[in-house]
Amino acid sequence: MTQNLEKMPKGSFERITIDAEQSERISKPSMSFWQDAWLRLRKNKGAIVSIILFTLIVIMSFLGPIISPYEPNAQTITHANLPPKIPVIENLGILDGYGTLGGQKMDIYELKNVEVNYWFGTDGLGRDMFSRLWKGTQVSLFIAFVAAAIDMLIGVIYGGISGYFGGRVDDIMQRIVEILTGIPNLVVVILFILIMDPGIVAIIIALTITGWTGMSRVVRGQVLKYKNQEFVLASRTLGASDSHIIWKHLMPNVLGIIIINTMFTIPGAIFFEAFLSFIGLGLQAPDASLGTLINDGYKLLQFQPHILAFPAILLSLIMICFNLIGDGLRDALDPKMKD
Amino acid sequence: MARYIGKRLIYMVLTLALIATFTFFLMKILPGSPISSASKLSPEQRAVVEARYGLNEPLPVQYFDYMFGLLKGDLGISINQFKGANVTDLILSRMGPSAQIGFQGMVLGTVIGVLLGMIAALRQNSWVDYSSTLVAIIGISIPSFVFASLLQYWFGLKLEWFPVALWKEGFMSSVLPSIALAMLPLATSARFIRTEMIEVLSSDYITLAKAKGASGFEIAFKHAFRNALIPLVTVLGPMAVGILTGSLVVEQIFAIPGIGEQFVKSIMVNDFSIIMGTTIFFSVFLIVVILIVDILYGIIDPRIRLSGGKN
Repeated sequence: MTQNLEKMPKGSFERITIDAEQSERISKPSMSFWQDAWLRLRKNKGAIVSIILFTLIVIMSFLGPIISPYEPNAQTITHANLPPKIPVIENLGILDGYGTLGGQKMDIYELKNVEVNYWFGTDGLGRDMFSRLWKGTQVSLFIAFVAAAIDMLIGVIYGGISGYFGGRVDDIMQRIVEILTGIPNLVVVILFILIMDPGIVAIIIALTITGWTGMSRVVRGQVLKYKNQEFVLASRTLGASDSHIIWKHLMPNVLGIIIINTMFTIPGAIFFEAFLSFIGLGLQAPDASLGTLINDGYKLLQFQPHILAFPAILLSLIMICFNLIGDGLRDALDPKMKD
Repeated sequence: MARYIGKRLIYMVLTLALIATFTFFLMKILPGSPISSASKLSPEQRAVVEARYGLNEPLPVQYFDYMFGLLKGDLGISINQFKGANVTDLILSRMGPSAQIGFQGMVLGTVIGVLLGMIAALRQNSWVDYSSTLVAIIGISIPSFVFASLLQYWFGLKLEWFPVALWKEGFMSSVLPSIALAMLPLATSARFIRTEMIEVLSSDYITLAKAKGASGFEIAFKHAFRNALIPLVTVLGPMAVGILTGSLVVEQIFAIPGIGEQFVKSIMVNDFSIIMGTTIFFSVFLIVVILIVDILYGIIDPRIRLSGGKN
């Protein structure tokens, strides 16, 4: 054995020493919280597909009314109640302009002498469903985003103040929230809609009047958790002002939770808007939202199922997208779940 | 515990008083008059009608009359939907169908949801798990009125398995509305139980049970399931809220003579004593449910101490 070793050419082995510096070296690039979150979110197929799908829906809601040759509110009575007809796809036997009339299946377009195509058909007043659908999506999304943004703003400020200053301020502010959350959301929304002129503003105010309490509780809880931790104490000892601590130290930590919570507020707002429209408290004609379109469609379900189908599918898709994006973001941003 | 319940009860009364006051004054500034065809009446006729419903009294008097009535369980009288009928009686008479579909929906949804969630947790990352997650996402995302109209269209109109609407065939009439209401509790409990079960299954006492040679079935049902089920109580409150919200539209769609349908109708015709009465009734219902849930949670899970700790 030893002889064999001696036979080996010199320089086959090299003496190495353990370098303390080396073992402490960080071999992978260090990542910020957001890069890390993005990496985790990217692995979530459902969330990524939802983000892409939702982006497409938003783009279409602006593009839809423009590319359609018809105005969302323009009525052409002679073109009323037409089933959907899309060129190319009509050859597949679906969306081909056929509908049942008096128990028989026939080409309604031929019957009514309509030369043009309505991609998603028309309603009882001869309005183009395609442009109405996208216009309605625009309105629904607008209501949901504005309501969620207001909820977020009030909730963060209220919860932040309550949690950060604590003591008596916190006590009083929390008692108010406790009473407010005791009132069922449904009741508040309906009552407020009743006393205001129906419309987008009324719906947004009704949705936000107690909607912010959820966000304020979450933010308060987080602020309470972080405000006594060492890094905040250190900053305070070094003479940092309240606003510096809030913006530079607390906010970045609470931001993840705020984003997650907002992602779940938005589908809630979309649902409530549609719900109100469905029971007749939403937007007034001729304005359309997904809710009013579903309401109109429901009345004609037996004879014109397409009028219900398109807005119902789109509404459900948007809700599914938001829930999946919300789930994905929660998994990505919540460090507790870190694997 | 007693102190905690006492504190909660005080809050409950305070909240209800606030809701009643708030509703009362909102109704007073409501645009439009509850007296239908008010424009056709001469001032004298109008005065007579107003006197009959106590609308001619000064506002504070009306308010205190109303609040004292509430203490006695009197919600006032209907003005134009059911002329002169007592609102308390109206609500009570319509409680049956609402309670039935609400209860059936809740039980159906929770039972199926719990089973789905459990199977999903036991077979994590299998196709069963993915499909149960899919069902849960769809259940949370699709609004109850869309789901209800689909059910009505397919199972009522096309397949004719169940009555399309109305409340005339007893249990059969309640099937479709109950299923429509069950979707939300189903989805909520499936997601919830899945998460809880996965957490419980990775705990030490399950490992111990495995080491002692307990069968998979025994572990799942005897050890894990019971502990995973306890936290489900916390989502019963939000589920009840969901069922109530859903009942407004589902009763409308299936033309069920329940409280929700009456509420929506009274909104349409400005019958403010019914609106007020139902609002207060809903609030009492939800507040009581949430209180019971909180107390129950403290009782069944000894690890939770409601009164001692800080929140």
